[in-house]
Amino acid sequence: MVHFPPPRRQMVGPGRTRCCGPPGAAPAMNCRAEVLEVSVEGRQVEEAMLAVLHTVLLHRSTGKFHYKKEGTYSIGTVGTQDVDCDFIDFAYVRVSSEELDRALRKAVGEFKDALRGSGSDGMGQISLEFYQKKKSRWPFSDECIPWELWTIKVNVVNLANEQERQICREKVGEKLCEKIINIVEVMNRHEYLPKMPTQSEVDNVFDTSLKDVQPYLYKISYQITDSLGTSVTTTMRRLIKDTLAL
Amino acid sequence: MDTDLSSQDRKDLDKFIKFFALKTVQVIVQARLGEKICTRSSSSPTGSDWFNLAIKDIPEVTHEAKKALAGQLPAVGRSMCVEISLKTSEGDSMELELWCLEMNEKCDKEIKVSYTVYNRLSLLLKSLLAITRVTPAYRLSRKQGHEYVILYRIYFGEVQLSGLGEGFQTVRVGTVGTPVGTITLSCAYRINLAFMSTRQFERTPPIMGIIIDHFVDRPYPSSSPMHPCNYRAGEDNGAVYPSVEDSQEVCTSSFSTSPPSQLSSSRLSYQPAALGVGSADMGYPVLFAGGLHAAHPHQLIGPGKEGGVPPVPSQPAHGTQADQERMCTPLDGVHYSAATPSSSEDTETVSNSSEGKCGSPHDLLETIFVRKVGAFVNKPINQVTMANLDIPFAMFAPKNVELEDNDPMVNPPDSPETESPLQGSLHSEGSSGSSTGNTHDDFVMIDFKPAFSKDDILPMDLGTFYREFQNPPQLSSLSIDIGAQSMAEDLDSLPEKLAVHEKNVKEFDAFVETLQ
Repeated sequence: MVHFPPPRRQMVGPGRTRCCGPPGAAPAMNCRAEVLEVSVEGRQVEEAMLAVLHTVLLHRSTGKFHYKKEGTYSIGTVGTQDVDCDFIDFAYVRVSSEELDRALRKAVGEFKDALRGSGSDGMGQISLEFYQKKKSRWPFSDECIPWELWTIKVNVVNLANEQERQICREKVGEKLCEKIINIVEVMNRHEYLPKMPTQSEVDNVFDTSLKDVQPYLYKISYQITDSLGTSVTTTMRRLIKDTLAL
Repeated sequence: MDTDLSSQDRKDLDKFIKFFALKTVQVIVQARLGEKICTRSSSSPTGSDWFNLAIKDIPEVTHEAKKALAGQLPAVGRSMCVEISLKTSEGDSMELELWCLEMNEKCDKEIKVSYTVYNRLSLLLKSLLAITRVTPAYRLSRKQGHEYVILYRIYFGEVQLSGLGEGFQTVRVGTVGTPVGTITLSCAYRINLAFMSTRQFERTPPIMGIIIDHFVDRPYPSSSPMHPCNYRAGEDNGAVYPSVEDSQEVCTSSFSTSPPSQLSSSRLSYQPAALGVGSADMGYPVLFAGGLHAAHPHQLIGPGKEGGVPPVPSQPAHGTQADQERMCTPLDGVHYSAATPSSSEDTETVSNSSEGKCGSPHDLLETIFVRKVGAFVNKPINQVTMANLDIPFAMFAPKNVELEDNDPMVNPPDSPETESPLQGSLHSEGSSGSSTGNTHDDFVMIDFKPAFSKDDILPMDLGTFYREFQNPPQLSSLSIDIGAQSMAEDLDSLPEKLAVHEKNVKEFDAFVETLQ
């Protein structure tokens, strides 16, 4: 069965994802979509994906909000740290948040396993989507309205000898440098960002579950393309904090 | 909406720009220290972290930046520039990068200063953090140590790009529009260094032999000395400031006591406690009015804000003079001596190769040739002695560093009279005695190390490729005879084709009708 375009994800639990069309009265009129492509060796997949995802999330995370009276709020501080890659001649900066790092590693680990296990020619893509939640009246469940979608298409190559691997280390490092520049360029366009929310709305815009930083609400999903060209959709969805819980 | 900036907004904006400039310098210099940087996130605002980012303030760097700014702010024609250069143990230096914080006249009157501009400046700093790890100088700076160090210099005024050689590349970090102009942050970096694997710096002594064609000894004006980027923080004993990991295992060098460092005494006495206090005063307590229910939307609230720049308390070894308004002239850029013609030619050729311009064999040959000599001038050329090399290749034999005059890259000998057009392109080819047409043999004799090849493992793969394809046969379609023939045939067949078309005019017309 061929899916053209990649099918929307199966959603389990609250919220359904709308594709990048203009939903009701949502502030996000258009979902900004960026696609990056990389060709890497199998053992480089994890680091390459983490580098890109962390760079995006660095730009899409703020400090924790602390609301005070009169609607004012203060913002915590975001720390950063350098990460050296072991299999790529590359280094990147990520937000200093172990929770965030763990969440990303988990997602990327699953993606890597799926890529390896698919037995295909090693093509797949991982997507990082930023969305806003829109409360709907009962009996309708909340909507998730995406406003930015980053897709990283991965092509895993197999290399024959150590010399090729060495060349690959450097080449992939250079490619990732280009990707970082691309990401920064997109970020610099200062296009739509959700408005800073009031205290009651903050969970509709930001992920407030982390204790040290506050990224915009995001979810990560991936797809593996098997050799027949069909898409086998596998969804890994990051749990959204249940806003109905007290 | 007010198009004129209120005085409060104006003061805020000036403060933002000033501290943005200082933080920019900190990020850039810290990224070239050769260490991994790590700062902690803090959920409760300390009130001292500008732009909500934990960026440590190295006192010397702040001092230098303030000295360069001399109380001014980046404006049109007055940019703040941070120059990163590399200096070898032999004393040669080369400019690697130039980071520019510029302001242009394009104003965005509608933008909210205390809110949007601030957040965008914060985003721009994050972008800067990311981009500083991506330029070639980052990897060089991580490997600095015995053979070379990375230096920085801050100046204010006109941007001077001449030191980067030809073919430098630019990457734009980002822009932020403000009501008084658009702030632009960009980096121009030398690219011909990108082909110089850092392994060459590690493994090949003396380093001069490799870089002789790139480095030009430049005098530094005393007003803006270079500073080494190998600061090491002392013990963090202050609880106020977010502590910074001192990754000892990564830092490869201890303090440099070289002359350009005027502040070596103060480096060891870095006291974060004092800094913490200082930062709090000059810090920007971040209190925003958010959302729809704020009483004063986008009002900046903070203690100790009397307008204007809060005074910075004295810090060790710098005192308050660091912050006094001085009327000294802004530092003009260093006027580096122009690159020698041969080195600029070298870089141009290299940059051609970097742009992938390998059109004709002529260019390829020239590129290879240049690369060859630059890459291993100091290496013993074993195979050189095998052939008849006394006159034509004597100048390529390894030399002492001091003999710059004899170096063909610095002073190219005159082009010899040659027979084949290929040889004519090689300016530094030897005397006419060598122009026997044995181009292949001549090149084989020298140990050829192309730019991307690896030293140990199968060194000749790329070299073999180059040699084999140095003189590819002409494409048949490009050869004159066949080309002329087909042209003649085409011309001959034209009248016949025209006749056929004329016969079918009616059909063509009918076809055109159906299209309309």
